[in-house]
Amino acid sequence: MNPLRRKVYMVAGYNTVSMGTGRKEFNPKKERPGLEYYIKEAGQGTLKQIGGAGNVDECVIGNFIAARFNKQANMAAFFPYIDEGLRYKPAVRVEGACATGGLALMTGIKSVLAETADVVLVVGVEVQNTVKAIYGADFLAAAGWFQNRKNGHAYFFPGQFSDRAGAYFEKYGREKTRQALARWYRNAIENARLCPTAQEYHNATKDLEAQGLTEPNGKSFVDHLNVFDCSKVSDGASAIAIISEEGLKRVGIPLTDAIEVAGWGQVADDLTKDPQDRTALSTSKVAVEQALQRAGITRDQLATAEIHDCFTIAGVMAIEAMGFAAPGKGPDFILEGKTARDGVIPFNTTGGLIGWGHPTGATGVHQAVTILEQLTGKAGDAQIIIPADKPYGLSLNMGGDDKTLVSIVYRRP
Amino acid sequence: MSYEERLQNVSVLGAAGKMGSGILLLTAVEMADTSLKPEFKGKSFVLNAIDVSDQALSGLMKYLYVQVQKMAEKKMVQLRQFYSNRADLIENSEIVDEYVRYVISLVRTSTRIESAFDSLLIFEAIKENPELKGKILSSIDTNNPKKPWYFTNTSSIPISEIDKNSGLEGRIIGFHFYNPPAIQKLVELIKGEKTLKELEAFALQYAKNMRKIVVPANDIAGFIGNGHFMRDLLFGMKLVERLSADMPMHEAVYIVNKVTQDFLVRPMGIFQLIDYVGIDVCQYILSVMNARIAGEDLHSDLLDRYAGYGVKGGQFADGSQKNGILQYDKNKITGIFCLKRKEYAPFIDFQDRNDARLGNLPANAPQWKTAIRVKNRDELFSGYFDSLRKTESPGAKLALEYAAESARIANQLVTNGVSHSAENVNTVLLTGFFHAYGPVNKY
Ligand SMILES: NC(=O)c1ccc[n+]([C@@H]2O[C@H](COP(=O)([O-])OP(=O)(O)OC[C@H]3O[C@@H](n4cnc5c(N)ncnc54)[C@H](O)[C@@H]3O)[C@@H](O)[C@H]2O)c1
Repeated sequence: MNPLRRKVYMVAGYNTVSMGTGRKEFNPKKERPGLEYYIKEAGQGTLKQIGGAGNVDECVIGNFIAARFNKQANMAAFFPYIDEGLRYKPAVRVEGACATGGLALMTGIKSVLAETADVVLVVGVEVQNTVKAIYGADFLAAAGWFQNRKNGHAYFFPGQFSDRAGAYFEKYGREKTRQALARWYRNAIENARLCPTAQEYHNATKDLEAQGLTEPNGKSFVDHLNVFDCSKVSDGASAIAIISEEGLKRVGIPLTDAIEVAGWGQVADDLTKDPQDRTALSTSKVAVEQALQRAGITRDQLATAEIHDCFTIAGVMAIEAMGFAAPGKGPDFILEGKTARDGVIPFNTTGGLIGWGHPTGATGVHQAVTILEQLTGKAGDAQIIIPADKPYGLSLNMGGDDKTLVSIVYRRP
Repeated sequence: MSYEERLQNVSVLGAAGKMGSGILLLTAVEMADTSLKPEFKGKSFVLNAIDVSDQALSGLMKYLYVQVQKMAEKKMVQLRQFYSNRADLIENSEIVDEYVRYVISLVRTSTRIESAFDSLLIFEAIKENPELKGKILSSIDTNNPKKPWYFTNTSSIPISEIDKNSGLEGRIIGFHFYNPPAIQKLVELIKGEKTLKELEAFALQYAKNMRKIVVPANDIAGFIGNGHFMRDLLFGMKLVERLSADMPMHEAVYIVNKVTQDFLVRPMGIFQLIDYVGIDVCQYILSVMNARIAGEDLHSDLLDRYAGYGVKGGQFADGSQKNGILQYDKNKITGIFCLKRKEYAPFIDFQDRNDARLGNLPANAPQWKTAIRVKNRDELFSGYFDSLRKTESPGAKLALEYAAESARIANQLVTNGVSHSAENVNTVLLTGFFHAYGPVNKY
């Protein structure tokens, strides 16, 4: 793989609250802020740290499906709403289902590499609490092939991953796997409690693992997963600046407050095909391998990972796709505490999609912001120790059922 | 005739009423789900919603639309199966819309009882008036050549009596929903002397399909639910009369209401429950029972006095509580009707004094809201009743006296043959009245 022709950095991350059930201030019956509100808050949050809109060359917004949740398109034109200083600057909206945020980051990275920009403002956003979950499921099903919708589950994606969980249980055993899913859930919530913007920040459940072990009920939901195995319906936005070395000088941010993009894997697979093996995330595997290879490191050099746990079972399979455990051994890796915040490699240190929340179009950007905070020592109560010999973090952002993937490796400079 | 054939033409009388609207909703959905089975394709199904006013019926349709939609959203998994052969219905929203449209299309509103002349099953939920019920059912039956079956929702009138007065010869059963029928799980099922076996089997199937808890009661006025409630009410009234020798009557009402709610860990105090049901409804049920049950005085002068001053209770159209013996501000109790002054005396004038008079609740007193979430409550309530007995406070003593009376009433319902078992009485109180524990217990 070609070495990067320029150094690319990320700085000035910002997350809004991930709003939805679980947050004390969330009231489904009251009117709530819309897309613009979240875009503006996140965008301004980043602009403030980089010396204002005047320093921005290009803008990228990631959004999955506002056309349905909010009846809104033409999202690139929201940038001047964030700050008038962004009027007449190039802006683009990208979409790749739940990997939208990752694609937005890649778009920014490529602009910097193409030398058309030194500073790119990237925002990811989704506002999904506009409809009941049963109708939201219709919208989110667009991440799969629409031809499959008719025969899919009422809750389409929970149905897909329930089928994966069922296949995994059958092949590798149910009991231990379910325990690992419950542990994953507990870790996610406990991490979220350390992050004030997390949707589960207020969660006060005592015995999380017992809750995670709730028996799935296929009559009202899906056969192999319960609601605690699922990420939540969230409203939120995240923003970050992608920036060249010259850009860093322009905005006046020291290298110690930046992370460097060390490598990435950006891959897609055929949307119309069912997975060959429901027990494995084979596209995710390719993405992570490419990212590590391009960065020239091994997974043992990673201090932390933000992975796409839209469902607990996706967490297990991601661990295996990353090579941390052999197929079927992901549950052991979790149950041995290796993914916990004091484990060999802490995963999803602010709760991930299950604990922090999953405003779909923002999630990929949120992952980058979390790693930026961790590697620069700005993660507050959620801060983990970054060993000197492991200056790397990795994100894995997945669109649909292992179809559109972005994995990025970041380095503390 | 099969269960499904019987459901092909149904009428609900009093469909716009409190109970009728819920019964209509449940029946419409049951009818829809039955008719959507492949084997009934092409068969017609009709549900007549009969009431006296067009205006009320149009309100009913609005209610129905909203409720069916909510129910559909909750059973998407099943609905997707129903419509699996409909290539044009792909998204949940499309399926919900189609299902709601279909359910509504089964319902015909009407202000004429003639609409019931073709029905095979007739659900009666009109006023609790034996003469009116008898008159309407017999006029339908003489004009309906199909020998229909009747479900009555009466709360107190013996089924055999309605049967006899209307000449139905056993084609009637008491199917006593609790309010609101769409939410309350309990159904008291009451056979008359002549009730047909097949009708009972049908009723059980219907209840099962709607996932109701069925408790059989014998055909004695008031059945189990009102059999307990009315006597419980009378005891409350008597207690108020007794206590008011030493205090103003509205303060005695405060005391008894508080003892029955907080000290007995019930969802509401006895006077709030009377207001909830409505003073006039309580009077009516009592008069029906009193006229039919010998050897007991099921009547309260005090209740009549309240009614005489226009004290009503019941709910507004939006479900909020009207003033009754107690005064309410958005469902919060703020005062009590004073018979002397003929106006509401505000709580603040006497609350503290009477709370002090009652004494504190034992420290381990459970809150009703938390208690009902506990699965096995025996330990909780044994401990609590132990403390009540140890506490010498007037509040604790009144609570124990009241609990003993409630248990006596329950046991009497068994000895008098209203209920087959104390267990059934407990089930009715637990599920129909949301009590946290049954009146017959070892606490
Ligand atoms: N409300 C309760 O908590 C409750 C609980 C269980 C059983 N019940 C019983 O259910 C029955 C109905 O009670 P409700 O509370 O629904 O009363 P309701 O007054 O709300 O409803 C009665 C309905 O019957 C209609 N009606 C009156 N005469 C009619 C006629 N000739 N033809 C057609 N419709 C007529 C009225 O317009 C009204 O809409 C009663 O027998 C009552 O004892 C009530």
